[in-house]
Amino acid sequence: MKNEVKVHEVNPSNFKNRRDFLKISGLAVAGTGLLLAGCNDDDDNGTPDDQQLPGVRNGVFDLGGGDLGILTYAYALEQLEADFYTKVVNATGFAATFNSTEQEVLTDLYKHELIHREFFKAAITGVLVEAGQDPAARLLPNLTFDYGTLNFSDRNSVLATSKALEDTGVAAYNGAGRYIVNPAYLLLAGKIVSVEARHASAIRSLINPNSTDFAGDDVVNITTGLDVARKPSVIIGEVKSLNIIQNNFTANYLS
Amino acid sequence: MNILKFLEPFTNDNLVNGIGSRRDSFTQFGNIGKKVALASIPFGLAAISNKSFAADIGPTPNTPTGALQFALILEYLEKEFYILGLQSGVIPTGGRDEKVFMQISAHETDHVTFLANALGANAPVKPTFDFTVGGMFDPFNATINDSTAAYAQFLVLAQAFEDTGVRAYKGQAANLISEPQLLEYALQIHSVEARHASEVRRLRGLKGWITGNERGAGMPVETQGTYNGEQEIMQAGFNTSTSAGLFGPAAGSESFDEPLSTQAVVDIANVFIV
Repeated sequence: MKNEVKVHEVNPSNFKNRRDFLKISGLAVAGTGLLLAGCNDDDDNGTPDDQQLPGVRNGVFDLGGGDLGILTYAYALEQLEADFYTKVVNATGFAATFNSTEQEVLTDLYKHELIHREFFKAAITGVLVEAGQDPAARLLPNLTFDYGTLNFSDRNSVLATSKALEDTGVAAYNGAGRYIVNPAYLLLAGKIVSVEARHASAIRSLINPNSTDFAGDDVVNITTGLDVARKPSVIIGEVKSLNIIQNNFTANYLS
Repeated sequence: MNILKFLEPFTNDNLVNGIGSRRDSFTQFGNIGKKVALASIPFGLAAISNKSFAADIGPTPNTPTGALQFALILEYLEKEFYILGLQSGVIPTGGRDEKVFMQISAHETDHVTFLANALGANAPVKPTFDFTVGGMFDPFNATINDSTAAYAQFLVLAQAFEDTGVRAYKGQAANLISEPQLLEYALQIHSVEARHASEVRRLRGLKGWITGNERGAGMPVETQGTYNGEQEIMQAGFNTSTSAGLFGPAAGSESFDEPLSTQAVVDIANVFIV
């Protein structure tokens, strides 16, 4: 039953901190805590609250804070990746643009990222429902994307974008791990980040096979042997600067 | 098949009684493997068959320091393996393979230095490794005088070590959760191991990711322990195979890597520790 979400409410008058507020086994929320039904829901009135739930504030969706904020942040990144590869594999001339190996890799990445996206959607929804929250208000909506002048029939452009997205994913999960409170979530992030790193390696190898790029000196520190890790706020700034995500959103509670 | 029944002939004499060395027992399994499907037997079987072998390492404590000590043991193993491989001449020179393994070797050496520095006085001493497992493998072409065959074995072990490394670090994450900076360092090594694993697998003609619990073409059954459990398709209650719009168990299992317990990794490492 380890995968079943269980929420046991305790008497709020007794809780010492928010971790005690929710006792959840398996897929659990801890740390910043969740607003439960019956608590004062005031985060639509423009006053930032201390519950840090994902949701609309001042007319803009905020990713929220705490573990649920990190999950929502990951969900946003996985939406981007899934959308990108969906467009890649469905582009006119996909079979002509890429050789058979490249098609296989890109098709696998399409599947994996779509699975990641659907996983986060289900997981976050489950946590919200169990906590008495309305997913319609708290779940990050489906984002819309625009890749500008990116030519999906140009091999080099697609692979370069893929490389950037996968490396960003690795850096994002690596940099978010330290902010995750619940070990179950940390493990899930770990299960995903290594797949992102396998992707990044493969794409880099497709671009430049006869090289060290699969784990290149641009991403793995040549002294420490450590991969890149970047804070959520840094990653979000980078992603926003690409102007691919068409929705406005904020991340006021992420580090 | 009934694994216990299969194991019976081997568990009632020299394996349990410690008469034969682990090297002998592993050789036996190598021979038996030709006629019997050994798919369910873990890589580290030898470790449970003969614990009288004095140099075996034990599980590290479930603490931040224990996690880093455990990581350092694995990095010692990888560092030495790649240095010996590069020295042996089995890796084809002047092309992709040599570049790849020089890069991987550099990273593993960096990881040893980094972890040893982080641990300071708590750093464990480097074990003594035998990458031939008592003559079962010859990854450095010491005896078989066939560099092509030796290199194939080198690649097999490289894949097993990298895929094991990814799972091992993942399994230690929870032990580091109380030390955010150490956790981040471990994650930063973890993803490098995954980059390595992907490239080594692709050098061997496989996908960079693990499908089901498949160890992949050319991998001997003794490496199956590295892959058992990777077929998981239930993630926090979500079915990654059959949920609406998804693609079945192959893609579902590929999209999430699974952890290995400390004991499972220790059992694997002990196969190579003498």
